[in-house]
Amino acid sequence: MNEERKGLKEKITNSDIWKSIFRHGYENTGRRYTLQILQNVWLHLHPPRISRHALNFRFTWCMGGITFLMFLVTAVTGVLLMFYYRPVAEYAFRDVQALEFDIPFGMLLRNMHRWAAHGMVISVMLHMFRVFLTGSYKKPREFNWAVGVILLLITFFLSFTGYLLPWDQLAYWAVTVGTNMARATPVLGHEGPFTPTDIVTQANDVRFALLGGTIVGPSTLLRFYILHCVAVPLVASLLMALHFWRVRKDGGISGPL
Amino acid sequence: MEHFLALVSKPDNVPILAILFLIPYFMWLAYKQARQTDRAGVPSDAALNDKVYVWPYLCRNEFVCAIIIMLVLGVWSIMIDAPLEEPSDPAKTPNPSKAPWYFLALQEMLVYFDPWIAGVVLPGFIIAGLIAIPYIDINPKGKGYYTIKERPFALAVFCFGFIILWIVLMIVGTFLRGPGWNIFMPWQYWDPHKIVPLTNVNLSYLFGIRDDTTANFFGFAVVAGYFALGPIFYFWKYKTSRFLQELGLIRYVIVSFLFLSMVALPIKMILRLALNIKYVWVSPWFNI
Repeated sequence: MNEERKGLKEKITNSDIWKSIFRHGYENTGRRYTLQILQNVWLHLHPPRISRHALNFRFTWCMGGITFLMFLVTAVTGVLLMFYYRPVAEYAFRDVQALEFDIPFGMLLRNMHRWAAHGMVISVMLHMFRVFLTGSYKKPREFNWAVGVILLLITFFLSFTGYLLPWDQLAYWAVTVGTNMARATPVLGHEGPFTPTDIVTQANDVRFALLGGTIVGPSTLLRFYILHCVAVPLVASLLMALHFWRVRKDGGISGPL
Repeated sequence: MEHFLALVSKPDNVPILAILFLIPYFMWLAYKQARQTDRAGVPSDAALNDKVYVWPYLCRNEFVCAIIIMLVLGVWSIMIDAPLEEPSDPAKTPNPSKAPWYFLALQEMLVYFDPWIAGVVLPGFIIAGLIAIPYIDINPKGKGYYTIKERPFALAVFCFGFIILWIVLMIVGTFLRGPGWNIFMPWQYWDPHKIVPLTNVNLSYLFGIRDDTTANFFGFAVVAGYFALGPIFYFWKYKTSRFLQELGLIRYVIVSFLFLSMVALPIKMILRLALNIKYVWVSPWFNI
């Protein structure tokens, strides 16, 4: 029986179809371990080998990886949520209600999206904390630290734009408070210092550009929806690719060399 | 008390409760390793050149970590429902109106500074300062391991900024701010009609200056003196030191400016809370 099974396994793994998909065997050799990384598009940002201390949880806290995982979770749950949600002031709140009460597993989907987003904010802050404490921003990783700072801001902005979408009181006023800051931008905000108030008014200042109106309204909802679902995730993905690639090009994760 | 309990059990505040445990835990973890390094010295090169294959060793770690985190997230999502309040109503302003929890340190700064400083200039400095860190920290030591002895100043400044000015202010903003953005202790009743006497005066007033123009010049002198005197004195005293020679004048100016901007926040908080000072510098165009 065992022999038969082994024969079948050999037959499958030696078939043209299998070999066209998986371009390496499964023998326990260093060559195969290397190929496993090099010939897999999802894994190839890793180097084939790393120093042993990079495996140490006490050193890395795993926070960068957890941030990326949270991003993936929000991406998957976010796409599913988009099937049920319309970014129109008349529908938005009702659609979220429908998610909670009518759609199978809708509540779980929404919970997962929200908590993953909050989790991402926590893990990205802890990641920055760890990178600072280990001095990992030092030469030659200065530029990657800068990319990381931008990604931190993008994480906040992603979470903030998503905060508005349920269109309830919590969302509405949190975003009102948050975007009210933009009024006070020097020169560009209508209540800021050094603003030429005859040119810059509340109907054309930087806050107006963000909200698409003088208060948070339907056009703000649409703007934040597009920023949240399309524009910012795209930029975040590009910068993440850069960030991960640079980790490797700058010599892998930092160590005392 | 019931208001405080309602705040703590708010589903959106779960992350802050998590932070209350996570930050001390990771600080302890980092401290333990730093103490070990500072005692026994930096791990030797031989141990570090010990390389392992990413497949299976790192990929296995990533996989296990992902499973554990997904489990935590799954349980969290099943147990606690995302909040949904009544439909948005532009005519019904809640009191207090709070930004999302991760912006509450910024909202807290609004108590002490005008919106253009608290909402635009200081956040800009935070971002610029964070990006500048690798370029102004020229200390080559302490790269890739935890240590306290080799970079005490950098660690002290960053931990003060991150833990006190970001995390603690965020927690204060979340749990202790009530109606009218007044401080309410956990055991206090959230009284929306709480009367807070506005006895704050400007710094120039405290010094007996009543004339606007003089007050303007006085405020300018105080702020300029704050940013200039300390750095100039330090530079004059230690200009031949190796540290300043290596740092260079431009880096020195940037470091001292960013540092003093950061410390300005706690200073303004103390001035406001202890001495009831409203503005340090009142000018026709802006107030600081």
